[in-house]
Amino acid sequence: MNQCLTLRQAQVNQKLRICSVGAQGELGRRIRDMGLIPGAEVTVVGKAPLKDPVALRLRDFTLTLRNSEADHITVELLAAEPAGTAVKS
Amino acid sequence: MKEHQTVIGLSGNPNCGKTTMFNALTGSHQHVGNWPGVTVETKMGHARVGGEGAGEEIDIVDLPGTYSLTAYSEEEKAARNFLIETRPAAIIDVLNADALERNLYLAVQILELGVPLVLALNMMDEVRRHGKDIDARLLTELTGCPAIETVARSGKGKQELLEAAYALATTRAGRWEPLVISYGPDLDPVLSEMEPIIEAAGLMAGTVPPRWVGIKYLEGDTSVIRRCREADPEASAKLEALAAKVAAHLTKTLRASSDAIIADYRYGFIAGITKRVVRYPKVDEERIRLSDRMDMVLTHQLAGPVVMALIIYLVYILTFKAGKVPMEAVQGAFTWLGKTAEAAMPPGLLRSLVVSGIIAGVGGVLGFVPLIMIMFFLIAALEDSGYVARMAYMLDRVFRIFGLHGTSVLPFIVAGGIAGGCAVPGVMAARALRSPKEKLATVLVTPFMTCGAKVPVFLMLAAAFFPGAEAGVMSLVTLTAWVAALLVAKLLRATVVKGPSTPFVMELPPYRTPTLSGLCIHTWERSWDYMRKAGTTILAISVLLWAAMTFPGLPADRASAFDARENAVQGQIDAAKTQGQESPELADALKQLAAERSEEALKASAAGRAGVALESMSRLAGFNWRVNIALVGGLAAKEVIVSTLGTAYSLGEVDTKDAEPLSRLLAADPTFPKAAALALIIFVILYAPCSVTIVTMARETSWKWAAFAMGFNTALAFVAAVAVFQAARLFT
Repeated sequence: MNQCLTLRQAQVNQKLRICSVGAQGELGRRIRDMGLIPGAEVTVVGKAPLKDPVALRLRDFTLTLRNSEADHITVELLAAEPAGTAVKS
Repeated sequence: MKEHQTVIGLSGNPNCGKTTMFNALTGSHQHVGNWPGVTVETKMGHARVGGEGAGEEIDIVDLPGTYSLTAYSEEEKAARNFLIETRPAAIIDVLNADALERNLYLAVQILELGVPLVLALNMMDEVRRHGKDIDARLLTELTGCPAIETVARSGKGKQELLEAAYALATTRAGRWEPLVISYGPDLDPVLSEMEPIIEAAGLMAGTVPPRWVGIKYLEGDTSVIRRCREADPEASAKLEALAAKVAAHLTKTLRASSDAIIADYRYGFIAGITKRVVRYPKVDEERIRLSDRMDMVLTHQLAGPVVMALIIYLVYILTFKAGKVPMEAVQGAFTWLGKTAEAAMPPGLLRSLVVSGIIAGVGGVLGFVPLIMIMFFLIAALEDSGYVARMAYMLDRVFRIFGLHGTSVLPFIVAGGIAGGCAVPGVMAARALRSPKEKLATVLVTPFMTCGAKVPVFLMLAAAFFPGAEAGVMSLVTLTAWVAALLVAKLLRATVVKGPSTPFVMELPPYRTPTLSGLCIHTWERSWDYMRKAGTTILAISVLLWAAMTFPGLPADRASAFDARENAVQGQIDAAKTQGQESPELADALKQLAAERSEEALKASAAGRAGVALESMSRLAGFNWRVNIALVGGLAAKEVIVSTLGTAYSLGEVDTKDAEPLSRLLAADPTFPKAAALALIIFVILYAPCSVTIVTMARETSWKWAAFAMGFNTALAFVAAVAVFQAARLFT
């Protein structure tokens, strides 16, 4: 298994799997409402003009969150894009 | 709402096509209503089931879009209260079937309450386009809810949906059948322990399943806990202790909170369903969707902001170019109406009331309806296409600097961030903000934006003092409004509304082509709101102001003095005539006298006296008493500023009763220099919101904050206007 890093450190177009969501209370609930839970697969698809917030692609939809919020989420690297060889479960 | 009618609620995530579905189901049979205990406005409509004539009419309630039924936003509270208090016969949960997993998260929470639920698998066209496949029959089997495939945009499946909801409502007859999900070896025993306590104490008045109340205790849902604490402090204390104990245990063993575990299990439950129901294409994974491709340009780090600026500018150009002709037509019609009324009626108070009070007042407002309709149409298109979310995304970093939220862009734009909105819906749009502090700051500065009613003021001043550069002036005004709003927000967030920022986590919905009917309904709703305001409040205010500007009128001795002077001049004219001479200079003198007389009459009126009294102070900003009257009128409604100024000037100058444009009058007024025009623009941007906005602000926050906005904004506006006037005078 890869080591977990925080989502802020992830590069655009890296395929990631969420290890943990450390956020508590309202932020935690909001993050989970949107389906960001351990095990979910995400890709950083873009960053706003000022590098913050970031746009995350989940399997079915795209959402955005701020870097300060991404700090609460740790992810592991799955495979590098855009080789087109990534395997889906 | 009639009691005997079947009530069906429409719930769903934001951007799932719920509003489109509501429009498709109810057509034009809808109205805005307020439900008890709910501050969020809820739309209601009617639909028929069982065919024409034979069928039954049912009420459909459009609930606010939410992702969840926790209660940390007004929308979620509204949706939840509706379920619990109103106990609808059934709920239709509109799902964006293209993101089924996340959309089922809300459905599962509704099922945990036990409300009869029908699933609308909406946007099936997108699902198919993406090469996915959803087994609706299996979904029905696994969830126990009828699942109907729909495409709200085309109305496909809407009748089946209604029939299914009605059938379910009939068979269940108000019975709630809560879904029980296992929350694992740590939480399940606690819930079993909680249930008898909740049941015995009759918490939540026994209206909801005990297990659901238990889950809310574990989730730390303050609104439910507060309610139970009030009802039975002892039982609540026991439950809170249980929840705290298991929370401590979970933190120690799993380093996770109870609500995180609950979410994990809920998603686990959903994944168990979606894995069997949704089939993904094998090749789609690498194919980049059209929407994502568009985002590569539209939210690109460099191209994104450029495109955004272009789009905003385009909205201007379109509005002003396309709006020009119908606007002039409407204004022309009112001018004609005024002239006709003037010709048809005998001179006197009544004619003055009809022509100067009613027709001029209402015409001034309605003249801008075409402009406002185009503007609303374009904004609705931006909202419905998904672009506004991108604007929030790109602007958040900037907004956060000022203590606001990327979503603050929405209230700002609706209120006139793209000139021509209205502060009333703008203030209401701030409900989408989840933090009370950011919401409050947004609400307080939203009225600075260039609302549709302020536009005429700026346009008129631009035409008078910067002819040919109207579009440039409008852009500058809008920019100034933004800068002012952001700076003042920063000031407020650093002083009276201190506090940390809230989560930004937000969906970027795929780009969609807005439907024409959706846009038209949107545009019509907003425009109608504006026109209704024109027909009621503003008509009343226009008449009131006419009265204030007419009474008490000239004192008798001044009136007779004018009479004497007029008679003298008239005598000279008659004498000249008998000698067969035309005397233009004498006729001019007569006109001059009449002008002086009306001006003095206005000055002697109630409004004139107030304006004159304020003049000693307002002169610092270059405002004469006429401007003062207009600005006082603007407190009631900004639409009144232009019409009052028009009335003030046309009553003051008899020779311009042929409705010369106000711009020309202002430009020619030696007591109103260019510097004063600039100061007036700044003042109108900043000063107190109109009465309707004040009432809305009070409803959204409190009367304290509404009063604060009135006082603070006016003081700020005056200081800024004085500064601009004094500075501009140095350079002109």
